[in-house]
Amino acid sequence: MDKLVSRLLLLAACSSAAILALIALFIFKEGVPIMARSGLGAFLLGRDWSPLQGQFGILPFIIGSLCITLGALLIGVPLGVACAVYLAEFSSPRWVNILKPAIELLAGIPSVVYGFLGVMWLAPLIRIRLGGPGLSILAASCVLAIMTLPTIVSISIDALQAVPKSYKQGSLALGATEWQTVWRVLFPAARAGILAGVILGMGRAIGETMAVIMISGNSTAIPHSALDSVRTLTANIAIEMGYATGEHRQALFATGVILFFFIMILNGAALRFARRKF
Amino acid sequence: MEAITARGLNVYYGGFHAIKDVTVSVAPRRITSLIGPSGCGKSTLLRTFNRMNDLIAGVRVTGDVEIFGRPLYGEDVHSLRRRVGMVFQRPNPFPLSVYDNVAHGPRVHGTTNGKELDEIVARSLSAVGLWETLKDRLREIALSLSGEQQQRLCFARLLAVQPEVLLMDEPCSALDPISTTRVEELMQELKKDYTIVIVTHNMQQAARVSEDCGFMLLGELVEFGRTDSIFTKPSDRRTEDYITGRYG
Repeated sequence: MDKLVSRLLLLAACSSAAILALIALFIFKEGVPIMARSGLGAFLLGRDWSPLQGQFGILPFIIGSLCITLGALLIGVPLGVACAVYLAEFSSPRWVNILKPAIELLAGIPSVVYGFLGVMWLAPLIRIRLGGPGLSILAASCVLAIMTLPTIVSISIDALQAVPKSYKQGSLALGATEWQTVWRVLFPAARAGILAGVILGMGRAIGETMAVIMISGNSTAIPHSALDSVRTLTANIAIEMGYATGEHRQALFATGVILFFFIMILNGAALRFARRKF
Repeated sequence: MEAITARGLNVYYGGFHAIKDVTVSVAPRRITSLIGPSGCGKSTLLRTFNRMNDLIAGVRVTGDVEIFGRPLYGEDVHSLRRRVGMVFQRPNPFPLSVYDNVAHGPRVHGTTNGKELDEIVARSLSAVGLWETLKDRLREIALSLSGEQQQRLCFARLLAVQPEVLLMDEPCSALDPISTTRVEELMQELKKDYTIVIVTHNMQQAARVSEDCGFMLLGELVEFGRTDSIFTKPSDRRTEDYITGRYG
């Protein structure tokens, strides 16, 4: 009986790995030929995306994805880590019981709702106050920052709470203030976990599609400022897949391959940080 | 001047009366030990002297305590803890380099000059007998040291802020017998410059290292005096019962 159950569980475990393998196989099969034909350099570094003319350069989308993700991290990491420090070290249990579930609830809101808020409220605000089209890197970064908060906050809280109390006591017993203790002892001790949280948040930002389509403006040109519209790798696939055929369709799969590599690299990095002991 | 004086000291954890009307004075540059069975309040008394109890919610302290003539609650807690340092039961070096462990105290109290810090680190490590072993390993993570070395490092970390009183909460209970002997020798060295109060479970250790000794039971300081007289002719029946092993 035990043997049977363990076999079944093994099968379940293997099947999820097999699905990953199948997905990888599928997008590689569809995407690699076009990259080979137009040349990896021309595909990655080409500035012109004109599917009807057979031009498949995805540099603007790579730049778009990187800019929005970087912007999201610039806003989300300080906010999220500060929030985690407050909840893990300074706040009363009552506030933790209110704030932590509230932040985790952010993860449950559908991304289309975030996009909707961005379009209706944030983009007009940016357009009127700062200029540009409004639908921009800045708007998308702000919204993605909020979307990465649950990941960054909850993983950082866990990392901070996993630091042995004796470190904190040792520091306080030397006359350090709470803040000095957080900054000089707890942060270094929790660094690996916090970084893992940031990287997972980054994975969320780079893979987000729906909200980004709605608020980044989807311009295929290379942006010159944070107020310009951009299109991301994910948005490119989602927008054009509906009507693409032939080489165009393959180029979208190739975009997926590149995205796949981005995510693999990020997850690999997160695992390395999470495993490293101080 | 006495190093620590307490008059009518009471400590409550919520409704629990942990320290009952303790009056004691601790002489400077000597080792004073506190003994007694588990839960008798000896650690609580020790932790009162650098206000580590204040970290626990619901703690109330009444009575007068002075450290070298200055009232316990008369200055801010950070400068008090700088004067009254503490070594814990388990060595608790920070997960930082050896150097950063020792430099932590001076840094949080405002020393930023690199050369000055170098000197403090060298002086503090020398004082605990670690300098020769570690002077080429200052960048190593402190967690890679042996248990005894870690505890010595915790001593050094304290000495770096030049405290007046060293409180030790069973500092050898996580060490093997040989390391214990060596740490006790270190304490004898340190008492030339510092006032040491040590809480210990181990009566032999109290007899070996301390000049003065207090016996606590159920939150009361039953007896306080010269260690040799406590151990040879205790004046209270309860003390006698404890040191002769009738309970505890």
